[in-house]
Amino acid sequence: MGGFDPPAGGSRACLEHIKLETQTSPAHVQVCLKFIFLVETPGPAAVMLRLRSAVFRAVAPPSRVLACRFSAAPIPAPNTQPEVHYNKLFINNQWQDAESGKTFPTINPATGEVICQVAEADENDVNKAVKAASDAFRLGSPWRRMDASHRGLLLNRLADAIERDAAYLAELETLDNGKPYAVAYSVDLPNVVKCLRYYAGWADKWEGKTIPIDGDYFCYTRHEPVGVCGQIIPWNFPLLMQAWKLGPALATGNTVVMKVAEQTPLTALYVASLIKEVGFPEGVVNILPGMGPTAGAAIARHMDVDKVAFTGSTEVGHLIQQASGSSNLKRVTLELGGKSPNIVLSDANMEDAVEQSHFALFFNQGQCCCAGSRTYVQADIYDEFVERSVERAKRRVVGDPFDMKTEQGPQVDQEQFNKILGYISSGKREGAKLMCGGGVAADRGYFIQPTVFGDVQDNMTIAREEIFGPVMQIFKFKTLEEVLTRANDSKYGLAAAVFTKDIDKANYVSSGLRAGTVWINCYDVFGAQAPFGGYKASGVGRELGQYGLENYTEVKTFSFVLLPQSLKMTVEEISI
Amino acid sequence: VENSPESNAGQSRNLCPDLKIFFHIACTRIFINNEWHVSVSGKVFPVYNPATGEQICEVQEADKADVDKAVQAARLAFSLGSVWRRMDASERGKLLAKLADLVERDSVYLATIESLNSGKPFLPTLFVDLQGTIKTLRYFAGYADKIHGTSIPMDGEYLTFTRYEPIGVCGQIIPWNFPLMMAAWKLAPALACGNTVVLKPSEETPLTCLYVAALVKEAGFPPGVVNILPGFGPTAGAAIASHMGIDKVAFTGSTEVGKLIQEAAGRSNLKRVTLEMGGKNPNIIFADADLDLAVEQAHQGVFFNAGQCCTAGSRIYVEEPIYDEFVRRSVERAKRRIVGSPFDPTTEQGPQVRSHQNRVLEYIQSGIQEGAKLECGGKALGLKGFFIEPTVFSDVRDDMRIAKEEIFGPVQQIMKFKTVEEAIERANNSDYGLTAAVFTTDINKAMTVSTAMQAGTVWVNCFNALSTQCPFGGYKMSGNGRELGESGLKEYLEIKTITMKTVTKNS
Repeated sequence: MGGFDPPAGGSRACLEHIKLETQTSPAHVQVCLKFIFLVETPGPAAVMLRLRSAVFRAVAPPSRVLACRFSAAPIPAPNTQPEVHYNKLFINNQWQDAESGKTFPTINPATGEVICQVAEADENDVNKAVKAASDAFRLGSPWRRMDASHRGLLLNRLADAIERDAAYLAELETLDNGKPYAVAYSVDLPNVVKCLRYYAGWADKWEGKTIPIDGDYFCYTRHEPVGVCGQIIPWNFPLLMQAWKLGPALATGNTVVMKVAEQTPLTALYVASLIKEVGFPEGVVNILPGMGPTAGAAIARHMDVDKVAFTGSTEVGHLIQQASGSSNLKRVTLELGGKSPNIVLSDANMEDAVEQSHFALFFNQGQCCCAGSRTYVQADIYDEFVERSVERAKRRVVGDPFDMKTEQGPQVDQEQFNKILGYISSGKREGAKLMCGGGVAADRGYFIQPTVFGDVQDNMTIAREEIFGPVMQIFKFKTLEEVLTRANDSKYGLAAAVFTKDIDKANYVSSGLRAGTVWINCYDVFGAQAPFGGYKASGVGRELGQYGLENYTEVKTFSFVLLPQSLKMTVEEISI
Repeated sequence: VENSPESNAGQSRNLCPDLKIFFHIACTRIFINNEWHVSVSGKVFPVYNPATGEQICEVQEADKADVDKAVQAARLAFSLGSVWRRMDASERGKLLAKLADLVERDSVYLATIESLNSGKPFLPTLFVDLQGTIKTLRYFAGYADKIHGTSIPMDGEYLTFTRYEPIGVCGQIIPWNFPLMMAAWKLAPALACGNTVVLKPSEETPLTCLYVAALVKEAGFPPGVVNILPGFGPTAGAAIASHMGIDKVAFTGSTEVGKLIQEAAGRSNLKRVTLEMGGKNPNIIFADADLDLAVEQAHQGVFFNAGQCCTAGSRIYVEEPIYDEFVRRSVERAKRRIVGSPFDPTTEQGPQVRSHQNRVLEYIQSGIQEGAKLECGGKALGLKGFFIEPTVFSDVRDDMRIAKEEIFGPVQQIMKFKTVEEAIERANNSDYGLTAAVFTTDINKAMTVSTAMQAGTVWVNCFNALSTQCPFGGYKMSGNGRELGESGLKEYLEIKTITMKTVTKNS
């Protein structure tokens, strides 16, 4: 370095200081939005004043607050015919046709029309992908030698890339899955990004321990990756389920062979292109669109897959566990169905309970494993609750998922559509009272009317089986003991909720419920930080949170002998 | 002779950046409430380039009145219901990650200013200090939403859980040897946990820290969350340590000042105190060690950053059979050490920081007077700037000043030992306990020595292997508490136990 030139970044950065005075960054906008919410909530005047002074400092002059409300990034208008860029298998960071040459159509559930053909993976392709994933996991590979913090950095970069392309991904998700675009953009995508960022942070924090073992030994543990992980994900939250699976698996250093649902393969394949773009080494993530009985089964029984994680129906979960048992005892985690009780006590805030219970069941066209599909309402408020719930369901806007006003799009495919209509018939046949809906909602596509059943009995099919559609069952109960017994009388145990203002009742019911997640005065509250998973036949293991890392880690114990006496001898020998 | 430090330094000591860089030093004021302030007293102080002794610019000098202003801003930012208190933990993490991205974006500029102001060579600054800063910010960004309390199966009909809450307003006082990195070590855990900060950088090296203040604002931290006050220890530093509105003080610097901080906390409001202070760190080399590795690591261990490291391995204990050879090779290595302009890419060692050159030279004189053998170096270099020759002493006895006190300069002391027990005892016979190292190929010796060392960090067959994931701090008078790693978070949290009466209980 002979002479010295001032760095380019320097002068630019200095200019930016001046701009800072007038700049409103996205973070500020968010702060403003939160603040707007705050000041509109009634509260003690003193607190309000303090808030005002604190926040106006952040966004002064005050007129900026109003400006923020409108300048805060609105949901961008969707392109209703997003281009499909990727429809092949993703193995070793390359796009490949299926070995068999086969393809399958993926359908737009809003119209029933074919969007495009997608390469169909089966056993041979799974073998190729497992080979790539095993190579990427071999001792001394770039992935195995990579600093944990760098794995975290790659995951952060993936989150950044998804955030950059969020509008496109939301369009594609809506096209392929049918969920309202506004929801895909404002719920699914932000949670995908948050999940990846959350696990990015864990990459270099998943610490082993040193252990004070008895005797002259030194003992420590390391949390090592399990190896090649098969991951089979469902169609109800294609992007989010992909993030839930990839985040912890990659943070802990595994390699992945992921089969995405044949109903909704498109967004996962686009994310594959981002995985390559941000620099994950080849073979670390392999993504295969395909069918359960072929590609899925090949993963579950593969002798070189060290772990399989599955999200889907309890029926298929049984098959996965069996396949593991009859092959190599691969580790199995399952996140399966539910028939989650939602208990509304008579002292609850009625308006809130009705709205939350409606949301609990109808969110995502009812296609949620944690849907609150058994709504237990205390006898003295039962009639009013049913009446209000019916009124709310009737107001639910069903329609074109690209329309911003739409609350409910189509079911995902013909099979689900038929199955749900079958359940509605069984409800009527078995004597439940159909309060509203019950039929098809449009001439084409797989739309079903928001449906509410009253007077449902615990032994009816619609009270015991997972419907996975916009069909609400409302039950009556009298005492807490009774409702706990009835709520727990299910083979499932995924989620549950209780609505009450009484702290003792809330504690009693929430601790008594046999479910992996219990919400109190809310529903479907998810955070990447909070574990999620099922008791009983709703699953094995937990996803999200720190607990989610355990599924992707082998604990290795190292013990070695310390020999102080022999050391003395060695020293004496040296001094001689 | 051609490779002597004198001739190397002669080639490049004048290779210092053009003065036009000075026009780019935009941040020279006090940063309070995301705004730039002049000092209440109107005072300023000069900041120097230690490679030339010339003044770079003047900086606003914070005093007690400015500390009061900053604490008021930090308290407001921490008030219940404030934007910062209501912010999602993951959002705090996102702001810290954004700050890391901005530091990364401007890393060349920051490294340039850091070199100019502290005298450390530009390339190591870019690759060590800047990377360390960025990684620390990213690491703690990831922790923001992973600070878990627990729910506790307590006896009786109760529901008990803990919350890990921020302490409040944290005073942070940082040194001049790694100005940026120390700022990151302090800011990142404090902000990840949700505290607000009043930070005083050293009067020797305030410039990069003030630039980071601008990035804090650009990243979108709410006003008052981070306040940066350039100033002096006896005025601004003392005001922080004794302030009744500060809940916690974290200090990195000399043990002498550390004691004053602890006293000030005791006299004022019993604020929490964490200290990261001096060291006189033993580096034990066994005869079975890989000698090339040990010589090089021991050399880097003491000479890195011109010897201005609290971690410096400044007491090298070498096993008798290899002592003479080790000294010979260490001297040869020290003579090859290139001293020169921080902006010459071949430079290994820049100047000492301005205020410190005389003190180091005085220690060297004391070593000669007390009978240690001066093997090489020992003098100041050149007419301009504050350079000192890489200096090696052999035949050092444990009772000499250079064996007991922290020199904080490019001066290596080499001692001789015979048995493991002796080495352990002599190594531990110090008021300090920051780091230690052992070089051996025998796993038993490695474990015996490393478990016996009274030191917060022990390196085996390596030195200065610091990383943001690993806790760092001192035993004994080297400090209180730990920085970095998960342990570093605990220093910025209060644990609150919440116990709720319930009517019934089930497991």
